[in-house]
Amino acid sequence: MIENGAKAVVNILEQHGTDIIFGYPGAAIAPFYDKLLTSSIKHVLVRNEQGGVHAASGYAKTTGKVGVCIATSGPGATNMITGIATAYMDSIPIVAITGQVLSSQIGKDVFQEADITGATAPFCKHNYLVKDASKLPGIINEAFMLASTGRPGPVLVDIPIDILLHEMEYDYSYSFNIPGYQYQFEIDEKQIEAVCQVINQSKKPLIIAGGGIISSGSKDILYKISHEFDIPVTYTLMAKGCLDDNYERNLGMLGSHGTYSANKAVHDCDLLLIAGGRVGDRSFNSASDMYQKKTIIHIDIDPAEIGKNITVDYELNGDARDFLHAIHARLKKSDREKWIVNRKKTAELESKFVNGDGTIDPKDVLLCLAKHIDDDAIITTEVGQNQIWAANLIDIKTSNMFVTSGGMGTMGYGLPASVGCKSGNRDKQVIAIEGDGSLQMSLQELGTIMQEDLDIKIILFNNCSLGMVRELQSLKFEKRHSGVCLKSNPDFMALFASYGFKGARLYDKEKIEEEIEKMLSYKGTYVLECIVDNDNPTIYR
Amino acid sequence: MEQKHTISVLVENHAGVLSRVAGLFSRRGFNIDSLAVGETTNPEISRITIVVKGDDYTVDQVSKQLNKLVDVIKIKILSDNDFVGRELLLLKVKANAKQRAEIIQLVDIFRANIVDVSNDTLTVEICADQDKLKALTGLLEPFGIMETVRTGMVAIQRGKDCVE
Repeated sequence: MIENGAKAVVNILEQHGTDIIFGYPGAAIAPFYDKLLTSSIKHVLVRNEQGGVHAASGYAKTTGKVGVCIATSGPGATNMITGIATAYMDSIPIVAITGQVLSSQIGKDVFQEADITGATAPFCKHNYLVKDASKLPGIINEAFMLASTGRPGPVLVDIPIDILLHEMEYDYSYSFNIPGYQYQFEIDEKQIEAVCQVINQSKKPLIIAGGGIISSGSKDILYKISHEFDIPVTYTLMAKGCLDDNYERNLGMLGSHGTYSANKAVHDCDLLLIAGGRVGDRSFNSASDMYQKKTIIHIDIDPAEIGKNITVDYELNGDARDFLHAIHARLKKSDREKWIVNRKKTAELESKFVNGDGTIDPKDVLLCLAKHIDDDAIITTEVGQNQIWAANLIDIKTSNMFVTSGGMGTMGYGLPASVGCKSGNRDKQVIAIEGDGSLQMSLQELGTIMQEDLDIKIILFNNCSLGMVRELQSLKFEKRHSGVCLKSNPDFMALFASYGFKGARLYDKEKIEEEIEKMLSYKGTYVLECIVDNDNPTIYR
Repeated sequence: MEQKHTISVLVENHAGVLSRVAGLFSRRGFNIDSLAVGETTNPEISRITIVVKGDDYTVDQVSKQLNKLVDVIKIKILSDNDFVGRELLLLKVKANAKQRAEIIQLVDIFRANIVDVSNDTLTVEICADQDKLKALTGLLEPFGIMETVRTGMVAIQRGKDCVE
């Protein structure tokens, strides 16, 4: 059948089971939008292309599918960059499709032209500028394959408008063949044997679970290893939800904003099994010499992560799930003494902080929220104090999903991500934890939530400050607070009301439970604005 | 310990591959000493020969990060002494009638060629390993070197081993 390139793209998206895409139209991508009209794919019109990528990210994380986002050439494409970089750091499978100016005009600085493949090369797993219409179906298929296999990540396909309009008989047959791309790795049984032997001999073994545990679907096997062989576990921010927070061997999050128990365990252990984590600097202090004294086993699907930040004794290159199953099969029951005593969650620590009048402690709100949410609720966070509070204080179950920007630390991620989460999971509770700073970085997406009639519960911590930076300035710059005051915040209740959202302002501790119940039972988007003292810290000491 | 390493990389012969490879080096803070690209017998595949300075950790990272590029097909770190490395140098040196003979003598010793001559200059072509290029350049320095152009090193393994 003679079709144009835009129709071919739509056809392949449908073939891949894409049901929802997030985008923003423009001239160069207009042929694609035209063909969308007769497709089964639902288009969510975001309010900024960056939000489109974040929404695709939330969608991908919570549905297990590849997230798809669309933008036009030039500014549409460049607006995507932060979203793409965010997805790259957190290994989220995304296919980003951008329109491009006419092939014959590329390089002439015409209206809305930008070299987006050049600009995004450092932040993409791979990208394409399509130059030959006949290769278009193969490239889109390849983009899906690359995004979702191996270490997942964003792939961008830049399509000039003449290719989108090019009419021909497109060949949809496809076989994946990239000679230099390896995404399946064999397990070396001898190596597993050696690894299991050192684990068996270890007196104080510890597992560090990274985001790869979540993306490879290894929660169950992780629990089995920990439970059956009595090995405590700590996790990175990206792996929150890998174990039930109430499970006794779960020590909570590690790193600069982690729990005392987790960090002490990392310090005291004699063997570290890092599973599906990239040894990022917020979780590991690679400058420390303490790792040299421990046996370190590192499982990762990306060989370049192994040995990058710390020296490793056993390199297990491959899928975390496969390796954990292999290790589980060979481990022996151990009679080692329990070496973790006094596991303490952040929630159990007494904060010495005294909240000012008319303010409320985020801890009280989040502990109460955790009690009332559904067992399979999805939680999104922004970046800053709200994120750390949520990570340390919300006890979640393994069926929960925790969606946050870890590696890049992108403020303004959470609200658009919640759009993607809810769009892909209409039957689940989606709770967006917000700060007043981050919210205002993606405020425009409230319009998307309204237009799509999404039911998102927003908890807004308002301390009229950029709290995380302010806390840093308190600790490291002798309380010289610079550029962190948001004294001219809008009246958020009035603002939300203008979008038709219900909500309440909370500054009375006694009313927390009542307000949270009210919020969760309401049908539709609801905002709970919590007035917070700007000296309230994330690090309890 | 910092030393030079020679890396042979096979890549898909697409537009933009070279910029991806070069970009990776600057992005990750690796220092390129030289880089040379050319087609292989298969026109769909190009070979890049890269010389980097760094310790073992750096070379391991260079190799792993290059491997992550989808367009990179194969990487081989060539071990010392186990490859033949050559670089082409074109060198324009000041030479009046009196100096010409002396320069030609030096060029002969190095088995290099004179490829252009004018009243005041000689242009020398030499294809050799980097030490030899350095030696000849050093000897011609006193005459006044006006310009040099180098290709960067290309290298091939000794014996029957191939990067394929």
